[in-house]
Amino acid sequence: MFLRKSPWIIHYDATSCNGCDIEVVASLTPLYDLERFGIINMGNPKHADIFVVTGSVNPSSSAVVRNIYDQMPNPKVVVAVGICATSGGIFRECYNVLGGIDKVIPVDVYVPGCAARPESIIDGIVKALDILEQRSREFKKLRVESQRQEKKLRRYRLND
Amino acid sequence: MAQRNIIPFGPQHPVLPEPIHLDLVTEDETVVEAIPSIGFVHRGLEKLVEKKDYQEFVYVAERICGICSFMHGMTYCQAVEEIMGLDVPPRALYLRTVWAELSRIHSHLMWLGLAADAFGFESLFMNCWRHREGVLDIIEATTGGRVIFGSCKIGGVRRDIDDGTMKGIVKKLETMASEIRRSTDVFLNDYSVQHRLKGVGVIDGEEAHRLGTVGPVLRASGIAMDARKIGYAAYRDLKFEPVIEKDGDCYSRCRVRVREVFQSIELIAQAAQKIPPGETEIRVTGAPEGEYFSRVEQPRGEVIYYVKADGTKNLKRFRVRTPTFANLPAMVKMLKGAGLADVPNIILTIDPCISCVER
Ligand code: SF4
Repeated sequence: MFLRKSPWIIHYDATSCNGCDIEVVASLTPLYDLERFGIINMGNPKHADIFVVTGSVNPSSSAVVRNIYDQMPNPKVVVAVGICATSGGIFRECYNVLGGIDKVIPVDVYVPGCAARPESIIDGIVKALDILEQRSREFKKLRVESQRQEKKLRRYRLND
Repeated sequence: MAQRNIIPFGPQHPVLPEPIHLDLVTEDETVVEAIPSIGFVHRGLEKLVEKKDYQEFVYVAERICGICSFMHGMTYCQAVEEIMGLDVPPRALYLRTVWAELSRIHSHLMWLGLAADAFGFESLFMNCWRHREGVLDIIEATTGGRVIFGSCKIGGVRRDIDDGTMKGIVKKLETMASEIRRSTDVFLNDYSVQHRLKGVGVIDGEEAHRLGTVGPVLRASGIAMDARKIGYAAYRDLKFEPVIEKDGDCYSRCRVRVREVFQSIELIAQAAQKIPPGETEIRVTGAPEGEYFSRVEQPRGEVIYYVKADGTKNLKRFRVRTPTFANLPAMVKMLKGAGLADVPNIILTIDPCISCVER
């Protein structure tokens, strides 16, 4: 597989215990060093392609997760890191936990583990890259199609 | 008078890996008030004690916070052991001390990295995290986990470190210490770092004590308070003095943490020398009955656990007061009157751990 672009990620901690967060950052820093592939952690949702979420959702963080997701431009991919983000994990029975991230936004890749190891996080992000590539192709096709339609319409209007 | 504006800070913010929301009321560039609102990470795990039995709950306690996870587990175990009147074997106490100090080193190195990132020193950030991986390697080799160790249990510890490995750890930490010193010297001596940190977010000792701060924040204001001095685990046999600094600004807090990294390395060396042979765990039967306050010095300060049990498998009440919770009032105080550009630095120097504040 090759990368055509350097995908940027945005990370948000929904209600994680920090264990998965530090592993996400650890996979970006020396030793694992995802940054050498141009994968950079961005603070701005409007710059990001991949949304990495850790932890399950609760009523207040679900609004934030949805907000960040809506602000990200298309095409976008969501990676849920840790068993909390997948299903609620050990906190599933807590009164303030709604469950996994997929209760709020569509998730493409699930990375299990408590805490998820950097190797598996990297694996998950590589999977996400494939999906991203595919989505951007579809997205491009759609755009070309819509432009064609628009041109047709314009011609139609001119002839009118 | 300048116009007042409210600037929202967080919950998703580039310098914070964790969600905390602050409304910063500003006049021009100066913050006149900071109003925190929390609740983004609240899970309600204190109530889980009603569903999980008291031995199983160690796993949940470890996941209160992934950074000082071992110490959370240890504090919980201490409380239950104390209620049940268990005699934990001394070797287990020493092993707990070693793992606790390893967590302190990794937590402080992680903080130093994040602080460097907050004032825009990218290479220093990467270097600190590189040193941290060395510590994590030791932790992984001895417990099997990188951030959640799972090695503490009621009545002792699950794994033993043999003497050869212990010597190896001490030697590795020694060689690492000289490398770490190269990076920490930058924190202590570099002009641009001092420019960002000196005289920023000052809080004096009296005020800090009145607001109930704990840990490095309090010690940076000149008050020598360190819960390790109570002498839990093996600390009663080890020689050390709490690290203190005088000025109470961001720079002193940074200095305290830098010095504590080396203090922890020394403590591990001491513990490795004195560790007695013997058992690492005892059998635990029955259920606890009674109540206890357990106190442990975490990297961020003193944590207090309250455990109440009524002789059944499930505990009656479980309550945690975490260090960051105690430090938040001081943070709000420091933010008053600070420049807008210094806000990330001030927030980071209390080393906030939101997931344990809200649990
Ligand atoms: S999966 Fe485990 S380590 Fe990760 S956030 Fe949840 S409890 Fe913490």
